[in-house]
Amino acid sequence: MSAYEAVIGIECHVELKTETKMFCGCRNEFGGEPNTKVCPVCMALPGSLPVPNRKAIEYMLRAGAAFDAEIPEFSKFDRKNYFYPDMPKNYQISQYDMPLTQGGVVRYWLEDGTMKTCRLTRIHLEEDTGKSTHAGSGDGRIAGSSYSLVDYNRAGVPLMECVSEPELHGADEAVAYLESLRRTLLELGVSDVKMEEGSLRCDANVSVRLVGAAELGTKTEIKNMNSFRSVHRAIESEIERQTTALESGARIVQETRGWDEIHGVTHPMRSKEEAHDYRYFPDPDLVPLEIAAAHVEHLRGALPELPWRRFERYTVQYELGAKQATQLIDNPALARYFDRVVEASGNPQQSTNFVLGELSRLANERGVSVAESAVTPEHVAELIGMVEAKTINSKIAKEVLTRTWDGAGSPRSVVEKEGLAQTSDPAAIEKLVEEVLGANPGVVAEYRSGKVAVAGFLVGQAMKASRGKADPQLVAELVKKRLG
Amino acid sequence: MPIDVRYVAKLARIELTDEEVERFGAQLAELLEHVKTLNSLDVAAVAATAQVVESRNVMRDDAPRASLDRETVLEQAPQRQGAFVRVPRIIAE
Amino acid sequence: MSVLTERSAAEIARDVNARKLSAREVVDATLAHVDAIDAEVGAYLTPLHDLARATASRVDERVAHGERLPLAGVPLAVKDNMCLVGTRTTCASKILERWSAPYTATAVQRMLDAGCVPIGKTNLDEFAMGSSCENSALGVTRNPFDLTRVPGGSSGGSAAAVAAREATIGLGSDTGGSIREPGAFCNLIGFKPTYGRVSRYGLIAFASSLDQIGPLTRSVEDAALAFDAMGGHDPMDGTSIDRALEPTATALREDLRGLRVGIVREFALDALGPEMAAVYERAYADLKALGATLVDVSLPTAEHGLATYYLIAPAECSSNLARFDGVRYGLRVDGPDVNAMYERTRAAGFGAEVKRRILIGTYALSSGYYDAYYVRAQKARTLIARDFADAFAGCDLIACPATSCPPFAIGAVSDPYSMYLMDYYTIPMSLAGIPALSVPCGWVSEGGTPLPIGLQLAAPHFAEGLLLGAAHAYERATEHASKHTPRAGAPA
Ligand SMILES: [Mg+2]
Ligand SMILES: [Zn+2]
Repeated sequence: MSAYEAVIGIECHVELKTETKMFCGCRNEFGGEPNTKVCPVCMALPGSLPVPNRKAIEYMLRAGAAFDAEIPEFSKFDRKNYFYPDMPKNYQISQYDMPLTQGGVVRYWLEDGTMKTCRLTRIHLEEDTGKSTHAGSGDGRIAGSSYSLVDYNRAGVPLMECVSEPELHGADEAVAYLESLRRTLLELGVSDVKMEEGSLRCDANVSVRLVGAAELGTKTEIKNMNSFRSVHRAIESEIERQTTALESGARIVQETRGWDEIHGVTHPMRSKEEAHDYRYFPDPDLVPLEIAAAHVEHLRGALPELPWRRFERYTVQYELGAKQATQLIDNPALARYFDRVVEASGNPQQSTNFVLGELSRLANERGVSVAESAVTPEHVAELIGMVEAKTINSKIAKEVLTRTWDGAGSPRSVVEKEGLAQTSDPAAIEKLVEEVLGANPGVVAEYRSGKVAVAGFLVGQAMKASRGKADPQLVAELVKKRLG
Repeated sequence: MPIDVRYVAKLARIELTDEEVERFGAQLAELLEHVKTLNSLDVAAVAATAQVVESRNVMRDDAPRASLDRETVLEQAPQRQGAFVRVPRIIAE
Repeated sequence: MSVLTERSAAEIARDVNARKLSAREVVDATLAHVDAIDAEVGAYLTPLHDLARATASRVDERVAHGERLPLAGVPLAVKDNMCLVGTRTTCASKILERWSAPYTATAVQRMLDAGCVPIGKTNLDEFAMGSSCENSALGVTRNPFDLTRVPGGSSGGSAAAVAAREATIGLGSDTGGSIREPGAFCNLIGFKPTYGRVSRYGLIAFASSLDQIGPLTRSVEDAALAFDAMGGHDPMDGTSIDRALEPTATALREDLRGLRVGIVREFALDALGPEMAAVYERAYADLKALGATLVDVSLPTAEHGLATYYLIAPAECSSNLARFDGVRYGLRVDGPDVNAMYERTRAAGFGAEVKRRILIGTYALSSGYYDAYYVRAQKARTLIARDFADAFAGCDLIACPATSCPPFAIGAVSDPYSMYLMDYYTIPMSLAGIPALSVPCGWVSEGGTPLPIGLQLAAPHFAEGLLLGAAHAYERATEHASKHTPRAGAPA
């Protein structure tokens, strides 16, 4: 066990899923021909002016409510001034000292189901930049490039910047935090949160300190991580680098480091010694925002069930395993479907079995999602009811499910039409058993000579003769009794 | 305190000649001398005014508007390459 | 000089709407006059002959189809910091010398919709920073009443154009006095509405919290017609006021009975010298003779206006002008890397006054100085606005000088700070965002040349109707404007 512990804070930039950009009517969508989603406003043509997107502000407040953040009555936009070719105005409209939300908490869970919390510092609203492609260096990296090409399609897209407190201890917690953040924003419908499309980008502030130390160690900021997997690897690698350095008596330099996916290490990008002088000031083109407390109350009341609450419901109330619960939560449409099955059947365990088992298998095989299939949650509940009532056994149930999936109608009607109902009439089963024993005198003899294991064969034959409909328990009982 | 004109010019991305550093330095110093009169105002309890007319919550609906035609945008760029605006080498800071 | 170019906007619109006169005739006469005298005056950076003729014909068609246009056929001069689609829009700066606007400013569009015909884009102090029009990188504009003198600034080109009858209405923008001062210097009504009344969309920003578009005209009635046409809420400008605009052209008054006019205690006239002081004494007496009650008001913080303004406006401009970087449009001077390119482009593209203001603004916002300069100035602004609110508790309008001197000789004022002092009387109103105008109030003589002087009237927020109404009564009663005609292109 290391004498050092890691302290990590995460900064995320999340693109909001609005129809249009933050301050103009250009479309906010991924991809498209370069420089086709631009107008006087987002290209910073002389004389143009920004007007904020109501939906983006609404999304911010919704997120703030979901994370139990404080939503102040007064907020405003500020300009962050610095020159960069993909930022058309050479200032970014952002929020400095009066963000839309302050504080709050992200509740997340680890793989073993342990529920944890990480406090947020703030969430503020700002605009995205365009995209520069660095050319002439061969590898697309900025270092050594001889020129850059700029596409402004993304310039001005609304961006939620979400800053956590340094309260995460290790790569597992950091990634679990990110997962929860992602699931929550997805559930709220405010972002696609796709790292591969750049709608979620994150930096990690990593430091280590002696276990039990009160002071934080010197931190480094890790950039260029493009998947949760690389976040995990980068943080682990950086913790190891810092720990090794400290153990050998070296000092950590406060700096920005880039994650090198290929070599699996972080490397220095720029040192923070030369601090930026962003000259923040209130944007005179944008009037302040006043958020009514009643509106915030309304938003809090209108929140959907959040992923962490759903996780608790599944694991505590329904007694699902953490893995099953997570699997459902990560497929919100399936989770909603599952909830309806549980509601209709009252049997969470069987609902889990069907939804995550046979139905998911069919969905995979047929390439249609469970929710979009012909099987309704009510069908599944009906099926569960028939299994519970022993009208059919679970093997038949799977068959029925396949037929319903393929459009044969409700499970009950399939069972009725095809006469698949379990036969539980002792007289009928006794007759069957009688016939099987009569047709297999050799096996009967073997049994009686002591090879009791062959009874299984006889039960199987009887089941087969019933075309699977006989109550297997009853068949077994009767076989034993007749051989007795 | 004398103004570090070179630092300020660097922030503002304006190249200055030595003569300009000298001249602007003196002129800025003179102006700052004049604005010192503001120190005589008691503003401890005064709120700052960023905007003089008190509107609040001006927003637009999230409805798309036509973007500009790409040629209209790019034809005025000092340098372009295909569909992109081209700029000289960016030095990572 | 053609008699058509002497007409007011009200007269032109009336006759064009009645089809007694065609917009095309008015515009042809105006263009001929421009061709004859603008080499002398230098009002226009870009005359728009073809567009003007085409627009005039279109106005005639619209009228023929039964449309009634409040400004049918009225020749319009547009300050070259306002976008007009397809025309070059320079801000009188080398950095935008070849930039063509791909869209039209709301205020300009509204004037065109009302029937105005754009004659051309007019000169200004580069990016509207200046008080004489001498800071233009693209041309010299002369005062039509004395061609050796400045027309005032920054809207000097529009003022000179209207004064010299090269247009009937001029569009200007006023940040600290840039409409009112050239208005006074050119014997015109120079009207700055309440901040937020006229959309800034398409006006190339100098200082966003102060910039306001307004008209320069030869009569108050024309100013009212222009304001009624261009004003009102615009969803493209988030600082535009969403509040009904009562027509002002129908609220013009013939006297000032029942009005209390505040005379500002702190603006002592003896500072102006005897000749100017006498003009203002007379102006105040005329206000009283028109029925106004003169009351003493105090603006104790107004003397800090200049210092406040010269921190706030540069701070905003340092950020507003960051977009001129050689990347997407405008001038580029190449360099080995993007920072060198920025620095060289901006060094070559901006004139000295623009650089000075960017530097001071950058400094005022920079780390360690923000609170001492920028925030303190914002607080002083609060006090100045409060002074006006207090003053208007005891009066309906404020009257004071528009400028501290008559138009001065080109090149006479070279020290930046002395030039800043030109706006001493106009800046406080800008900081408070209240409507204010200058109206001709008399003449002083320098070297035998009569030079116009303006009276500034200011009103509370949104009281444009009252302000223009009172100015109209004063203008009618005194007729100072018509006592002398401009020398430029004057009938022999
Ligand atoms: Mg940010
Ligand atoms: Zn746009």
